This record gives sequence, C-alpha cells and structure tokens, in this order.
Amino acid sequence: MEQFLTSLIGEPLLVHVIMAAIPLLFILPYALVVIYLEMKIAAHMQDRVAYMRTGWHGTLQPIADMLKLLQKEDTVPAAADKFLFILAPYIVFIGTYAAFAALPFSPAFIGSNINIGIFYIVAISSLVVVGLLMAGWASNNKWSLFGALRSAAQIVSYEIPSAFAILGVVMLAGTMSLQELSSLQTGGITHWMILGGTLPLMKKLIVVPLMLILFLVYYISSMAEVNRTPFDIPEAESELVQGYNTEYSGMKFAIFYLAEYANLFAVSAVATVLFFGGWASPFASVMTGPFWSAFWFITKGMLFVCLNIWLRWTLPRLRVDQLMYMSWKVLTPFAFVCVLALGLVLVW
Amino acid sequence: MNPVVEYFDDIYRGLKTATVGMRITFKHLFTKAVTIQYPTVKMKLPERARNRLYVNMDDCIGCDQCSMACPVDCISIETIKSTPEDNLGTTSTGQKKRLHVPVFDIDIAKCCYCGLCVYPCPTECIKMTDVYEFSEFDRHNLIYSFSTMTPAEVETARAKAKKMEEEAAAKKAAAAAAAKAAADAKAAAQTSAPAPQPEGSQPKPE
Repeated sequence: MEQFLTSLIGEPLLVHVIMAAIPLLFILPYALVVIYLEMKIAAHMQDRVAYMRTGWHGTLQPIADMLKLLQKEDTVPAAADKFLFILAPYIVFIGTYAAFAALPFSPAFIGSNINIGIFYIVAISSLVVVGLLMAGWASNNKWSLFGALRSAAQIVSYEIPSAFAILGVVMLAGTMSLQELSSLQTGGITHWMILGGTLPLMKKLIVVPLMLILFLVYYISSMAEVNRTPFDIPEAESELVQGYNTEYSGMKFAIFYLAEYANLFAVSAVATVLFFGGWASPFASVMTGPFWSAFWFITKGMLFVCLNIWLRWTLPRLRVDQLMYMSWKVLTPFAFVCVLALGLVLVW
Repeated sequence: MNPVVEYFDDIYRGLKTATVGMRITFKHLFTKAVTIQYPTVKMKLPERARNRLYVNMDDCIGCDQCSMACPVDCISIETIKSTPEDNLGTTSTGQKKRLHVPVFDIDIAKCCYCGLCVYPCPTECIKMTDVYEFSEFDRHNLIYSFSTMTPAEVETARAKAKKMEEEAAAKKAAAAAAAKAAADAKAAAQTSAPAPQPEGSQPKPE
C-alpha cells in the first residue's frame, strides 16, 4: 500500500499523512455503525425496539446524534483547569488512535510494520489513563475525580493479566510483530493461535486449553481496559453521574465517546490478531488476498465488538473490591500459571 | 467449605452464571418487542376507560347533580327558569326540561377523571369518552363550555324569567295583601269579643 501510494504520488510526506488518515476513515463510519448496533442490540435484549423514526428503523439516528453533539455549546466549568480540561479528550483519543498504527488491517495495509507491534500497542494504550486522569482532575468535580481515579486503578490493574496473556501468545508465535503474527496463522482455522498455532498435534492437545484460558483472561481484561460494563465503575452513571466526563459536553464529549468506541475496536482487533488469525481466512487458501483479508479482519473484530455489547447488556456492574479481586486474585494467577505451563510445553 | 475449593467453585459459578445470563439475553434478542409505536399505533383502551368528559346538552336538564358530585369542583353550571309558555322539549329519556342552561363549563385541567359526575346524572348526558389527546399550550383552552345557548337567547331567557318572577312576586304580594286585609277585617270583628287565646302563647308572669 505504501509503495503503491509512493509510486502514485511520489511525495513521501503526503504518503505518510494519507497512511495515517486511513484508519480514521475506518473509525468514523465504524463508530456510527457500532452506536446504532449497540442501541439496537440493547433494546432488543430488553424486548424494546430502539430508534424507529429517523430513516428506515432509525438508521440515520447516529448521524443525527453526531450532528447534535457538534452543534452543542462546548462549555468549560469556571473552576476547571482550562488548559488540561481542553487537552484531556485529545490525549485520550490520541492514545487510542496511536494503537491503530500497528494494527494489520490486511497484508497490504498496516500503518507501521514495526517488529514490536504488540508491545507498542500495550505501551501506547497506557496514554489513555493519563488522559482520563487529566480529565477527572481538571474538571474540579468530585464525581469526575472519583471516576478518573477508579479508571486509573482499574486500567493499571488489568494491564497485568492482559500483558501475561499477550506474553503467552508471543511465546508461542516467537514474534511481536502483528503482521508476522497474522501471516503465521494463515492456512486455515487450525493454524489459529487459539488452536495452538502450527504446533504438532500432540502438543496442541495440551496447548489448546491453556490458550483458551489465556484468551478468556485477555478478553476480560480488555473489557476492563475499555471501561465498559461490567467493568464500567469509572463511569458508573448511577453512582458517579458520568465519572470523568461529567463536565464535558459538545465536541469534547463526542471525542471521548469516539475514543471509547475506537478503543473497543482496537482491543477486539488485538484479540483477533493474537488468537483468531487476524486477517487470515478461516478457509485455508479460499477468500484470501488483500481485500478479503481486510474483510476478515474487520468482520472478526466486529464479532468481538458485538460479543462485548452482548456482555455489556447482560452482566451487572462489579463493585470496586470485586473488580480488584477479579484482577489480582483470579486473572493474574491464572494467566501466570498458563504462561508457565505454556513455556514448559514449548521447551519440552 | 474448604477455601481452595471455594475459590475454584466461585470462578466456576461466575463463568457459568455469565453464560446463563448470556443465553437469556440472546433469547430475548429474538423475542418480539413489546413496544407500541404510540402516535401511529395506539393501544386499545379498556371498555370503561375514563378520559375526556363530554356533555350532551340536548339531554341536560340542569339539575346540577354532577357539579355537586364533583370532588374537585371542576364543573360549573348556571340555570335560568323557563316560563310556562316556553317549550324546551324533552330529553331522550322522556323527562321534561324545565331549565335553561346558559353556562355548563368543565375545567378539564382540574378534572381528576374519577367519573363520579357520571353516575348521578338522571338523563345520562354527561359521560367519559375515550379521547385522551387534548393537551393545549394555553391552560384556558382546557375550560370546555358545553352550553348551546347564544348570548341573545340567554338575554331573552333571563328577561322572561325576571318578568315571570316579578309577576309571581306581584301576585304573591297581592295575595299577601288580600290575606292581610282579610285577617285585619277578622281581627277588627273580634276586638269586641276577644277569643280565648291558647295558654302557651301568653307571656308567663314573673
């Protein structure tokens, strides 16, 4: 893609800008679709119908919502730290969007094919915490501060089991590059990491349960990292108004919202790449190629996004102590034992 | 329970109940929604639903019973007596109408939809309808006037009633004067021979 664009345009700087903007072109329509999906799935799970008036079955409602948010007055509280208050949503969005740079959408398109891709994503996602803390602190509001501190505690705690789960996959694959990780998993569903990758059959039998547990650990902690129910205590609308974004309105609120949904896709995509083959087709050599690959990548990512929405509207919110219990006493030891066992299998 | 067993049991039950919940929500994803798209689709009201009041003035005899029954005083009625030569007709139940009703106002904003005004009505002319969409921007528009009389009709009815009343009063005064004259004459005739008065009417000596 990069070479093609360079041959087409010539100017390398312009090519980089275009390459950087392509994921944004994906995120914006994706956010509209997911907002619509989320509302519809939530409603139907509760025997309601959600939007019905704007367009066919309310399909234009997300666009109307977006236009409304753009038109709204963008207020800054008088007692807020104005500079940080305005900066915070952009930091959150940058932290989220930076993760898209290393996501392999297809063999032909990856923002930056670095050899430490997954490490980079884990590292850069932490920037989101800084943004959330900044938002909560700068708002000068007790609810916001509570939300921000909870969010920081939660994300920092859950990064440990999620990093362990990622470590397991990296050990199995022997690479941190997401593009390479995806190409390792081509050649049908049996080569996916969740089914033991390219290991011989005997070893697979031992590795598959370990990978399954690692996937569960990763998926649960990724849910906590994007602050969604059942781990939405930073927002906790029934306790904390809206948590760290209580004081935000208009465009800045919209950016928080966009960042949340973009982050949701980012963690789902990482789960896809790590365990479910990334852009690799499930049918060996059928439906491969750059465009089909992008199709598989986005479809798999969206499946996990839908799973997340399903869980969100099923499970109630966890208490703070339950949240910490889950991270430190359940997910971390399980992930640790799995990684240890996986290491033993691999050296055996 | 052994703490180790309890730990694993907790995790097992946590995962199991999550799948149970997910199965339930998944099932509901495909059950038919209960939503009724209100302004376009309306729910069928129960047979005896109480909503907006309606008064059929052709049947109203101005008896004021509904107004008296109303717990929030939202019905105000004024009546004018009819003269014997006026024929106001009969109600659909065959009752003769004797009163003009120039004012029959219901302040529906005050109405509490109890339906207590409906039961005492002797001619069944006030009733609850199934209309419930009658919001207004100005509260005064919620005072419904049901009277069918024009101001001119009210004027003439009032004048007639006044005239009749005056005539009746004059007649009464004349009758009273005649009676008084007769009594005076009687009293004059009896002054020579006073009749024995009943005991109770006499003032008692101290």
